[in-house]
Amino acid sequence: MPAKRDIRHFPGFPPLAWLCLFLLYAPLLVVMVYSFNDSISITRWERFSLRWYEDVFFGLEAEKFRQAAFNSLVIAMGAASAATVIATCAAVAMLRAGAFRGRMLSFPLISLPLMVPEIVTAVATLIFFSAIGFTAGRATILVAHIVFCIPFAYLPIAARLQGIGAVYEQAAQDLYANRWQAFRLVLLPLLMPGIIAGFLLAFIISLDDFIITNFVKGAGVETLPTAIFGAVKQGIKPGIMAISTLLLLTSVVFVTLSCLFARMGEGNKYR
Amino acid sequence: MANPTPASTPAQNAQGAQGPARNGSARQEGIYGGLAYHLMAPAWLMLLFFLVAPLGIMLVYSFLTKEFRGGVVWEFSLAAYDQFFFDRGLFGDEPPQLEWTYIGIFWRSLWQAGLATLLCLLLGFPTAFFIATRRRGKFIWLFLVTIPYWVNLLIRTISMKFLIRDNGPLNEWLLSLGVVSQPIHIINTDLAVQLGLFYSYLPFMVLPIYASIERYDFSLSEAAADLYASRRHTLCHVILPLVKPGVIAGCILVFVPSLGAFLAPDLLGGAKHLMIGSLIEEQFKGSIGNWPFGAAASMLLLGLVLVALSFYAVSQSRARGR
Repeated sequence: MPAKRDIRHFPGFPPLAWLCLFLLYAPLLVVMVYSFNDSISITRWERFSLRWYEDVFFGLEAEKFRQAAFNSLVIAMGAASAATVIATCAAVAMLRAGAFRGRMLSFPLISLPLMVPEIVTAVATLIFFSAIGFTAGRATILVAHIVFCIPFAYLPIAARLQGIGAVYEQAAQDLYANRWQAFRLVLLPLLMPGIIAGFLLAFIISLDDFIITNFVKGAGVETLPTAIFGAVKQGIKPGIMAISTLLLLTSVVFVTLSCLFARMGEGNKYR
Repeated sequence: MANPTPASTPAQNAQGAQGPARNGSARQEGIYGGLAYHLMAPAWLMLLFFLVAPLGIMLVYSFLTKEFRGGVVWEFSLAAYDQFFFDRGLFGDEPPQLEWTYIGIFWRSLWQAGLATLLCLLLGFPTAFFIATRRRGKFIWLFLVTIPYWVNLLIRTISMKFLIRDNGPLNEWLLSLGVVSQPIHIINTDLAVQLGLFYSYLPFMVLPIYASIERYDFSLSEAAADLYASRRHTLCHVILPLVKPGVIAGCILVFVPSLGAFLAPDLLGGAKHLMIGSLIEEQFKGSIGNWPFGAAASMLLLGLVLVALSFYAVSQSRARGR
């Protein structure tokens, strides 16, 4: 390759990439920085302080947000667990059960929640629950969350399963393991990084959801995003920025973990 | 998938569980051959019962009569679609005229989503290209672009709102630097909504384009350079046609959620700059709503999305057929 002209290099692209990164992070960093601002006016910088964090945990509205955070965590835990089990079964069926009637339609069905706009899913779910006379509340939120978490759990699990050759379970069966034992003792441990990655992504997606929750939650039941949305409608107070920062850091931790698990053992694929 | 080795057959026979499901094509079946339906059932049931059935019921509701305190009366009516497209006067007895309010809202959503897609492409493509051609630090760049994708959309929209308010940090910096003498008014304009959409969905553009540039064979660029093609020619006539599927995937991933976005228009646009998402949400809020109308607007939005997705499907299969 001539040193004078690198065909991979386009002048102007690197600055644009840095600009992209800057644009993605600037608003988030601004909110994080200002959540540590002592001033009651959220736009002027006074000095470093943790008072808004104190306010979040012990202030007047602390009880409301604590309840909302509890709801969010319980629903995310339940929805992610259910979606992970369902998605694991589906991935094994799709990739290890050979041909079966309806297989062609199964993948579009599983990815349907990704294709339908969220607001449409929200409307449809609300109408459905009201038509069958389900009272809105935690249960309706949980069911709705399980549905849209399924594809997020499915994708990393299926990706992992694709990388594991069928020979391992076959070897187990040659050694007189029954199918359950072959699954439980051989496939499941190999699949585990994918399952954990899928679970974490589903957890994040459930924790973050606003639109669908806003439609199907009953009166009085709040999750963290709906509580934050309600508070923001009355103006952005510094407490909101502190909560946002906490939630943001939670997401970052979970995604990092998920990435690490998904990459785990990528070097030694079980072909 | 690998065929089962002959030696595994006795073990499978010993189970006897496959029964009639095992026919001549048994060799192509996986280890869990007979269990496909049992394993698939939970996913099918959840999605059919709680997503496909609701979408069907929503279609039915869009043809019902509205009840005044929210909800519906079970009486067939085309009123929802009629209200969307036509104006029949206050008492509904005047000759129908084309009603522009809702068509206008859809039109605004379409061009806002289109513009957001274009802007994301203009910034996302160079970024993806830059990441894909890095020799080191590829993973960390990808990771940094992925993180905002997973951060709560509500929080990202709030951050944007905080940043661009009349007396927010952006205006303060611009004032203190002397760039402007008056705070620039961005919030509650179409520009604010545009910024919100662009910011929300930018990572969606970078990732699929990155994936397709990663597969691009750069010896083709070398060949083009040897034949005296300029950089621009190489980009337009060699690279772009080959990475087109990724570009289209990215555009779809930005366009579809932008079209139905609710948070950006609601928080950044205020009441004057409605998009489809906020129009739909209004129909289900409290007692002033109109459920059949909301269902009809959702069906029309779903229709637009299906058009976009089928365009995508055609382009992908054409790329594969090449």
